[in-house]
Amino acid sequence: MIAGFGAIVARDLRLALRQGSDSLMVVTFFVLTVVLFPFGVGPEAGILERISAGVLWVTALLASMLSLDRLFQTDYEDGSLDLMTRGPAPLGVLVLGKVTAHWLTTGLPLLLAAPVLAVLLNMNAAGFGVLVLAFLIGTPTLSLIGAVGAALVLGARRGGVLLSLLVLPLYIPVLVFGVSAVDAAVMDLPVRAQLLILGGFLFAAAALCPWATAAALRQAVE
Amino acid sequence: MTDQAFDDAAEFAGRGLACIRGERIVFADLDFSLAPGEAILLLGPNGSGKSSLLRVMAGLLRPAAGALTWGGAPVAEDPEAHGGRSRYIGHHDAIKPVLTVRENVGFWSSLWSGDGSTATVQRALAAFGIAHLLDVPGRWLSAGQKRRVNLSRLLAAPAPLWLLDEPTTALDRATVAVVEGLIAEHRARGGMVVLSTHTDVALPGAKVLQMDDFTVPMDWAGLDAAEEALS
Amino acid sequence: MHRFANPNRFLKLANAILPWAAGATVILLLAGLYFSLVASPEDYQQGATVRIMYVHVPAAWMALFVYTAMAVASAVALIWKHPVSDLFAKAASPVGAAFTFIALATGAFWGKPMWGTWWVWDARLTSMLILFFLYLGHMALMNAFDDPQRGFRAAAVLALVGVVNVPIIKFSVDWWNTLHQPASVVRMDGPAIDPAMMTPLLLMAFAFKAYFVTVVLLRMRGEIAEAKVRAISMSQVHG
Repeated sequence: MIAGFGAIVARDLRLALRQGSDSLMVVTFFVLTVVLFPFGVGPEAGILERISAGVLWVTALLASMLSLDRLFQTDYEDGSLDLMTRGPAPLGVLVLGKVTAHWLTTGLPLLLAAPVLAVLLNMNAAGFGVLVLAFLIGTPTLSLIGAVGAALVLGARRGGVLLSLLVLPLYIPVLVFGVSAVDAAVMDLPVRAQLLILGGFLFAAAALCPWATAAALRQAVE
Repeated sequence: MTDQAFDDAAEFAGRGLACIRGERIVFADLDFSLAPGEAILLLGPNGSGKSSLLRVMAGLLRPAAGALTWGGAPVAEDPEAHGGRSRYIGHHDAIKPVLTVRENVGFWSSLWSGDGSTATVQRALAAFGIAHLLDVPGRWLSAGQKRRVNLSRLLAAPAPLWLLDEPTTALDRATVAVVEGLIAEHRARGGMVVLSTHTDVALPGAKVLQMDDFTVPMDWAGLDAAEEALS
Repeated sequence: MHRFANPNRFLKLANAILPWAAGATVILLLAGLYFSLVASPEDYQQGATVRIMYVHVPAAWMALFVYTAMAVASAVALIWKHPVSDLFAKAASPVGAAFTFIALATGAFWGKPMWGTWWVWDARLTSMLILFFLYLGHMALMNAFDDPQRGFRAAAVLALVGVVNVPIIKFSVDWWNTLHQPASVVRMDGPAIDPAMMTPLLLMAFAFKAYFVTVVLLRMRGEIAEAKVRAISMSQVHG
């Protein structure tokens, strides 16, 4: 089981490395979109500081959606998914492996870019640590929830657009507590509760989402 | 790839299988049984359900009725064990263009049998005469080479039951002969094979399943009558 | 039980229920409208605006009820593969979306005179808005596949994922709302409700429920007819 998990993480990372560009695209989108905000709301430091946590989180949500539709798409098209759903490795474990690889190639770069962008948005330095921590706990949850959506839209018409319609409403809890944690840190308030709740979401998602994704994948290959 | 007999081979059978695809009954009341060393050849025109039956046998498609058994035990109770003791070759070759042949085959070999070593992959490729392609990326392969790489997974992760959906597509006559030889070897060791084909594949002593024997004409009036009788 | 999913027994049942459900809808709706528009008192604070509640509250109840019913039907569809529950989910989802939309729109109509604004980011309104998006996603997924069966199954999984998420979303929105909302805003749930207001409210709630039953049965009947047409044309293709 552990071996199957490791094998699929290694394979997907190797695929991502050879095909390149996905991580770079996601980060570029993240940076570019955040940079648009000063043009939209004006360069006033006070306003940017006030909205910085929200802007970073909302943009990260959108960026993490970008490559989601490809998560299972190529495996679905070239027949690999048929072979994966058959075992003997449990499909839920393989899903967890694929999500892990997806997070390492898209979530992790976002996490690294976030503090830099926070500087651009005049965020109080007191929030940086919590921002990274909240991203570290929150973005894997996004990948897990996104995997369910990506599995559901396999073979659908206009899958990419449909995916955002399905997944974005489900992202709202992570957004609420992610932003709240960073805002609290900036205002020097306790952030423990928010981070614990984000952690709770992560564990719940890690327990339920691979299972739901596996169910959706089995239906997709039927 | 060993030459020992399969000790986990057992009778693989299906009773009263039915399959519905896109609201159409593809086949119904289909029975089969396959003992170690035996082979089944699926024949029938396009759309007669050969692929569907193989997908049912592979556990990819849940039958609308009926059940599969392995050594008398229902397959549905432990689908993952079934995945471990059977190999399925479908229409797609599942080859990643950016991975080398070694990586393409090795990944599945390690996933299925925990092996995945280069030596195993190399031996499997050699059986199909493509050992020289070991480090070639998937995107450079021709259709026939891809198919041979796909088939080499059968040998890189041995399992008693082979489910082959038109395995000889894109293969030349000489390679088809190689496949025939490997199937004969597999059966000699107690392996089992179910194979669908449009072309001639020599399977001496194989049972033949004519898929048109199990098609059901779409008939709502008949169904209504049956429902009436049941209620 | 349903070897080849012949829906005839369901059709018989539906045909027997339909006239009663349709009749109940008309009678309850007429009675409910009479009580809510004529026979109920005006609120001492809200005036006639309070009458919007008689549509708004039952619609909001229905929005939640329909989603729950859809999730139950989806679970049944996934576990027992019962085709009628798939049809129910498909038929119910647009109706539920419509109820949610009505709840949102009437909420806005009520908010304008009461709060002085069409929309506030009140916890309930926001939760309703998200529920509306969940409905839209369900409908879109259901219709996104060439094979209707695939649409049914994907939508069923989504409905279950959604129903697990609804309480989490509600909780998040409440938290978010208490952080951001000034406490002075009037909530929709006032003090204990006057019995004279209870009668129209309940009548309207039952009228909406009867309407839901009627429309869903009609839509399911249509779906079955469509499936038969597809089956017949398919049998011409495949012989």
